[in-house]
Amino acid sequence: MITLSINGVKVQAESGASVLGIARANGVWIPSLCHHDSLSDYGACRLCLVEIIGRGGRRKVTTSCTLPAAEGLEVVTESERLTRLRRLVMELILASCPQSPAVLELAEKMGVKSGRLETNPANDCILCGLCVRACREISQAEAISFGNRGVERKVTTPFGELSHRCVLCGACVFVCPTGSRLLNLAKIAGEEPRALLSRFDAELTSTGAISRPFPQAVPNVPAINPLACLKLNRDACGLCEKICEAKAICYQDADRLRKLDVGAIIAAPGFEPFVPDHDYGQGYTTNPDVVTSMEFERMLSASGPFGGHVVRPSDGRAPRRIAFLQCVGSRDVSCRNGYCSSVCCMYAVKEAIIAKEHQSKVEPTIFVMDIRAFGKDFDKFVERAKSEYGIVFKYSRVADVVRDEKTGENEVVFTDESGRLQRERFDLVILSVGLEPSADMRRLARALGVNMNAFGFIWTEPLRPLATSRAGLFAAGAATGPKDIPETVIQASAAACEAARLLAPARNTLVTAKTYPPERNIAGEPVRVGVFICHCGINIAGVVDVPFVKDYAATLPGVAYADHNLYTCSQDTQKLIKQCIEEHRLNRVVVASCSPRTHEALFQETMRESGLNPHLFVMANIRDQCSWVHQRDPQGATEKAQDLVRMAVAMARLAAPLKSVALPVTPTALVMGGGLSGMTAALAIADQGFKVCLVEKDKELGGNLRKLQKTLDGQDLQALLSATIGRVRNHSNIQSHVGAALREIKGFVGNYESALSDGAVFKHGAIVVATGALEYQPKEYGFGQHKNIITQLELGRRLEQGLKNEPSSVVMIQCVGSREEPRLYCSRVCCSKAVQNAIRLKALYPRADVHVLYRDMRTYGLREPYYADARDQGVLFTRFDLSARPEVTWNGKGGAPTVSVKDPILGQTMTLEPDLLVLSTGMIADSEANDALAKQLKVPLNQDGFFLEAHVKLRPVEFATDGIYVAGLAHAPKSADESTAQALAAASRACVLLSRRELEAHGTIGDVDAERCVACGLCEKICAFGAITLEVQRIGRSDRLLAKINPALCKGCGACSASCRCGAITLRGFTDEQIMAEISAL
Amino acid sequence: MNEQHSEWQPRILAFLCNWCSYAGADLAGVSRLQYPPNVRIVRVPCSGRVNPGYILKALQEGVDGVLVSGCHPGDCHYLTGNYHARRKFRLLKELLDFVGVEDGRVQFAWVSAAEGAKFAQVMAEVTEKVRALGPNRRLAKKIGNPKSQ
Repeated sequence: MITLSINGVKVQAESGASVLGIARANGVWIPSLCHHDSLSDYGACRLCLVEIIGRGGRRKVTTSCTLPAAEGLEVVTESERLTRLRRLVMELILASCPQSPAVLELAEKMGVKSGRLETNPANDCILCGLCVRACREISQAEAISFGNRGVERKVTTPFGELSHRCVLCGACVFVCPTGSRLLNLAKIAGEEPRALLSRFDAELTSTGAISRPFPQAVPNVPAINPLACLKLNRDACGLCEKICEAKAICYQDADRLRKLDVGAIIAAPGFEPFVPDHDYGQGYTTNPDVVTSMEFERMLSASGPFGGHVVRPSDGRAPRRIAFLQCVGSRDVSCRNGYCSSVCCMYAVKEAIIAKEHQSKVEPTIFVMDIRAFGKDFDKFVERAKSEYGIVFKYSRVADVVRDEKTGENEVVFTDESGRLQRERFDLVILSVGLEPSADMRRLARALGVNMNAFGFIWTEPLRPLATSRAGLFAAGAATGPKDIPETVIQASAAACEAARLLAPARNTLVTAKTYPPERNIAGEPVRVGVFICHCGINIAGVVDVPFVKDYAATLPGVAYADHNLYTCSQDTQKLIKQCIEEHRLNRVVVASCSPRTHEALFQETMRESGLNPHLFVMANIRDQCSWVHQRDPQGATEKAQDLVRMAVAMARLAAPLKSVALPVTPTALVMGGGLSGMTAALAIADQGFKVCLVEKDKELGGNLRKLQKTLDGQDLQALLSATIGRVRNHSNIQSHVGAALREIKGFVGNYESALSDGAVFKHGAIVVATGALEYQPKEYGFGQHKNIITQLELGRRLEQGLKNEPSSVVMIQCVGSREEPRLYCSRVCCSKAVQNAIRLKALYPRADVHVLYRDMRTYGLREPYYADARDQGVLFTRFDLSARPEVTWNGKGGAPTVSVKDPILGQTMTLEPDLLVLSTGMIADSEANDALAKQLKVPLNQDGFFLEAHVKLRPVEFATDGIYVAGLAHAPKSADESTAQALAAASRACVLLSRRELEAHGTIGDVDAERCVACGLCEKICAFGAITLEVQRIGRSDRLLAKINPALCKGCGACSASCRCGAITLRGFTDEQIMAEISAL
Repeated sequence: MNEQHSEWQPRILAFLCNWCSYAGADLAGVSRLQYPPNVRIVRVPCSGRVNPGYILKALQEGVDGVLVSGCHPGDCHYLTGNYHARRKFRLLKELLDFVGVEDGRVQFAWVSAAEGAKFAQVMAEVTEKVRALGPNRRLAKKIGNPKSQ
């Protein structure tokens, strides 16, 4: 380091560094146009003139960018002479380049006006040579340079010909101060550059060769795109390494082959959206206003490319009429995707609603073959879309989208239900693209040695939906077939369960527990806060005056030590913090740096390693919420940083050590329900070495599975039933209680005690609710009044033995008792069941007419090919609307039932006289039983009487109350394989709990002040987790009713504290006193 | 020094829930979205943690505006905390009206963890609104500062 003086102020700098750079780093402004921090300087623009004072006070003018710093150098940056000289230079530049905004702005700042010299408006190059230097130094391409001499001098390629050396990196364009038209890459390289597109933003925005993949990526750090990086491809550039002060860039990192010994493998490689290429038609590749649903999803996002505004890509105007075309790349054998993608109907409805919420004038129309809203509560969502948002659904087949170039409108050409060709105009067309196996699925499947199905998804066993063709290898999610988020999350947990079954004996064998020094008792110690302010390289220090804030922090009451560090999160600094805690006897620590969401856990770990309770640590966020968002206001940011540090210190002064409570766990599960789900869950838990108590209300195990014969793909369910019952009976860890009910349950997560109606009493740690559902007994369509009117389940049973008489005609009616008030939900399995029975009928009696009257055929996912097969076999499918439902009559006692329904193609009423009328009845919740159980367990039901999970997508098998899980039909209607997956998932979650020796209740929980509590019970009502109960407690010598918080259930939200009218509850770690102190400190 | 700091600057306190709005504020930072530096942030576990007393206390302490921001309806990390906050806020609003605290001095917003841009926008809007209202004189009673009674 050397010392030089700038305008009489002594400044320290690296020897040889450019004086321009040193001056700017010290806040001294010197004009310049040809300087770039990442490039060498050569004094081209001559604007950065300064004076250096030589021996004897002689002043010499020189360019500061090319002036190396030397010991004792004296520099003057402002003088009358310099101003005059700089203005003259600026006048010349302005005359040569009179239109460039950057030049005009600088000229104005320097007080230079044009007029004296002749100008050349056509010119936009000031010959600063930044582009030439960038091309040479950054990309090392040397594609452009200066050609000619004197007034003819210009930036050009050798001989003005197309350059084969240009790599289209665009560095020249990026650094050009005037935005010169000369730097046209198409003219330099003969090729248009292509922007690197962000995959996350559906390629609607561009991105850099090094960037964060998306805002919430894990880990949330930038990554280099190896295909685009100049350094990796040409050993050029290397800028990011130079700029990164943390020295985090390592170009040498390469893929490494590692060998791992594992007991099980889970494959979850996901899917790729279908790309409607040129051959597919509908104009996606040529029409700018035809976008895919993935693109539209990003367009709707508030953090997306258009900030959440719905705009047409072609002209940026807000569209009014928008069309969603469903089944693009799904249910379509022409692109070999004969399956249904399962999710497109719902996301289209969701996108239509969001578009409407963003812009109320939008009129969305969804072109569908069927509305497949088969998931839990999906139909209610669709009905809301129709009634509240006015979204129109059109049953149709779309042929093409034709763009009218004059008006920019897009004509959707389609056939309506009656088969007539129609045309409708839209401003924007969205293609609801389906799900496909990822491109390298074949390679992956081969590497794993697993089979694929006909569509290229990973094949799994029909009744063990996670098991692949290779033992010990499981697959989950959309890689095994299209599915939505709840299903993939369920499958993920289920796959974990299958793996854990194999690995259970090895559980905890590779764990090493970390040991900490004993916690220091700080009771009675005076408050001694240590404050560490982080520079975060230049991230904070570039804006906030960190040394100043540190000096300020040292003056705050209670602060015993203050310091500032280049990176407070670095390992060295952790050591330093530990030393400081010891040396200065610190008992509270405040770190002012990034967000607690980034590094709070790290610093709390350091606290524990120093023998301090982690809750004695407080963080002030002066980067994400200060320096990064006030970059243009250093003074305001510094003031804010001071305030934030002061508030954090105020909070820390009142911080108290919080103890976490350890509670034992009884490694036993109670499984309610002995159907397929209950038995599957019981076996999965028992196989992992835990005891299970299986309770079934009927006299026999099996539940609804007893009534089912075969699945759609021909699997024998009765064989599954007897095998499963056999395993349950013989499992040493399972105790079955048939014909029993839950009489009483006490306790909480990990520590329940239950009594059954058969007298058994036992302790358990977890509960799985798998109580099933009931078959709806219809009142509609004359059921029960005519012997030839039966349910689909009954038909399945009869078909097993063969019908007594060969039928000449069978009619099936779908959605009996489902999808209309008071049961506005889809029973999910009835369409597949109808298709299954129809195919079976056609196989047994090829001459029989089979008619299926449906509202929407919901053969989702890989069930779709069976629907296609049924149509190929000659089964007739006729759609009806709820407003024109089929009518069933019959003459006298013996007459065959007559079904009349409107045929949408002819528009006339069609009359059918079937030998058998089959009603596809749905499932209903066992409301009475569910109600009672829900009250006992304190868990919620949805409005249809099914159990309501904690979160539809993220926690589909759990309740908000810890320790209770749900699976199977108790949750919602679903098929046998889906029930199996959900049962495994519930077992998996339960085993996470049961495998712990003890539960650690975190310290930030509510705390009741017995002196103040009046037992009003408001907190009990408000608590969403059932953590608060009013209980009689012994206070002193009297028994009083008081609120009691169960530390095992409390999540620490503080709603009780904020609502307590007596101020009797506070939240540890965020006490009223602490928050009030923060407020007062401001 | 800087001109804009010589004139009156509103001081605003924001209570942000840890899971959505605080994360949204961080995302605004990560995305380098600029907004005025007038807001000081207090992190709370949930918007339902915000006792209306805190807001009154802040106004008494001479803060010019208060923002409470939590997860969007249905997204609460604690299931229903933001609904409780909304109800409390609704009542508090009436009380503030009654005592003559101007509409807009205390505001409520839903900001998710993915809405960095929205957070920056809310910050700018709240600051402008409070700036337009001028200094808080209604409840502020700073001891030793008789000017702002």
